[in-house]
Amino acid sequence: MSGPAPAREFDVVTRGLRKVFGNLVAVDGLDLTIRRGEVFGLLGPNGSGKTTTIRMLCGLMMPTAGDATVVGLDVRKQSEAIRRRIGYMSQRFGLYEDLTVAENLRFYASVYGLHGAELAARVKETLADLGLTGRSGQLAAALSGGWKQRLALACAIAHRPDLVFLDEPTAGVDPASRRLLWRWIYSLAERGTTILVTTHYMDEAERCQRLAFLSRGHLIAVGSKDEILAHFHQPTIEDVFIELQRRDEGAVV
Amino acid sequence: MLRRIRDWTLWPMLWKEFIQLRRDRFTIAMMTGIPAVQLLLFGFAIQTEVRHIRTLVLDESKTPESRALVQVMTNTGNFDIVGTVASRAELADLIGRGKAGAAVVIPPGFMADLRRGRSAQAQVIVDAADPMASNAAMAGAAQAAQARLLELTGQGRKAPLLDVRIRPWYNPGVRSAVYIVPGIVGVLLSMTMVMITSMAVVRERERGTLEQLVVTPINKTGLMLGKLIPFLVIGYVQMTIILFLGRVVFDVPLRGNLGALYAVTLAFIVANLALGLLVSTAVKTQTQAMQLSFFFLLPNILLSGFMFPREAMPAAAQWLGAVLPLTYYLRILRGILLRGVGPTQLWAESLLLLGFALVLVLLSVRRFSKTIE
Repeated sequence: MSGPAPAREFDVVTRGLRKVFGNLVAVDGLDLTIRRGEVFGLLGPNGSGKTTTIRMLCGLMMPTAGDATVVGLDVRKQSEAIRRRIGYMSQRFGLYEDLTVAENLRFYASVYGLHGAELAARVKETLADLGLTGRSGQLAAALSGGWKQRLALACAIAHRPDLVFLDEPTAGVDPASRRLLWRWIYSLAERGTTILVTTHYMDEAERCQRLAFLSRGHLIAVGSKDEILAHFHQPTIEDVFIELQRRDEGAVV
Repeated sequence: MLRRIRDWTLWPMLWKEFIQLRRDRFTIAMMTGIPAVQLLLFGFAIQTEVRHIRTLVLDESKTPESRALVQVMTNTGNFDIVGTVASRAELADLIGRGKAGAAVVIPPGFMADLRRGRSAQAQVIVDAADPMASNAAMAGAAQAAQARLLELTGQGRKAPLLDVRIRPWYNPGVRSAVYIVPGIVGVLLSMTMVMITSMAVVRERERGTLEQLVVTPINKTGLMLGKLIPFLVIGYVQMTIILFLGRVVFDVPLRGNLGALYAVTLAFIVANLALGLLVSTAVKTQTQAMQLSFFFLLPNILLSGFMFPREAMPAAAQWLGAVLPLTYYLRILRGILLRGVGPTQLWAESLLLLGFALVLVLLSVRRFSKTIE
């Protein structure tokens, strides 16, 4: 699916995005731009505001202040239109354990408005793409972590979204499945899909074209891997992460 | 137009829900087994003493003798005279609508018979659809007849002069099962509808699928209807099972218009489904949902008039019972099934149920929308 006629340069643009829960400022004045077709990594310790940011961009939560556009649409006013054009894979996968692999996929694809022959073809194609054809009749409850993750990704992309949000997609998944997932992430990006991914694995972070570091709701750094290493004078992304977390905890005290 | 209907997000939701339902053995057991078990358990009801039955007087004699008989009946404490009526038709209507539980009918020749030394007949009509109340009424009537007889013999007249005949209406055998079975329909629906709705919604939230659904283009109406329609079907299946078994096992009469009963039931089920949705917004886990549903069930059983007559309750309990949809649904169930009255005679109860349904739907939809913001 392609966007509106004038080619869009950015799929995500936020200005001063802010979310407050009671006394807690979860996201504070976030300015972020993500290019179309980019694999963008959002990093930061637990509680730094990654998930809250994604939830605001998906239309799951209203921002307290600031603006954001996703695939060129306003998150405050056009969240319904946004939902049709994005895919979202949460940390918990959101699968129906009492439905089979094919039924889960068919359900999510049909919710996005596919039906009839088109629906059947798309389900078949997506199952094949992610190597799930052999398990299509199996209940989702019977799948191991890696297979569940595959199915969850299939459900998030079957409607061919412009932009996919992956919130810690590899938490609790074995290394082989992680590697496979990244292969699919790249093949999606090659087809022009924008990817926003959060992760705690630094090897995964290094695979992203651009990275953003969040700490206590603030954007600390954004750029390519090399730019960030240079900025923090650290040898690896992992060192940057640990350095940031150290500063973060220092600030708490 | 057809295209728009085809695009409703309700369809995939319904498709999914029915597949899940088919695989959920627990819910299917709940749907079919529990009605049967409850029916047998409650079929043997508890008897309690009832006094102060709302009683009508149809005095066609209008003589000192007839007034004396009514006075003696009042003195037994079992009867409260709530009004006088002019005809049998009026009397039948009021008892049919549950406005009164008994009536004394004194024929025109009552005093004349008594004066001439002939046996004077009076009739006590009892709504035996409720066996607890009717037992008390019949005992009271017999007691009153005896007392008045003694008074008369004391005045030097020959016995037996007074013949008070008791006519139990609607339930000639005065069997509790007949009274209890229609009530089970209401109690069971209150319990299962609230419980399965709240648990199903909480389950989606616990598993993270609700969050996943909310980022899809599915709209809130499609989401909620898709969740609730299958439970509506379950509710009707349960009701049908109980009525069928009640007829076959306990010989409960199904006198009135069943179509009308099923129609009014829609409002009652919708009210309970909405309540279940409301419960789901107040709890975090399925266990809490189940506990809260049971907490709600208890006042329904105790205060609605299902087991204990509301007339026998203190005022506070009666007020509490008055805000339960089940209280009104029970009147409709018993009115239609046992007394065969039409829904037009029960319009007040039906409107109240509809009101409950509307308010609960509005409340629950608002709360639910907030929780999935």
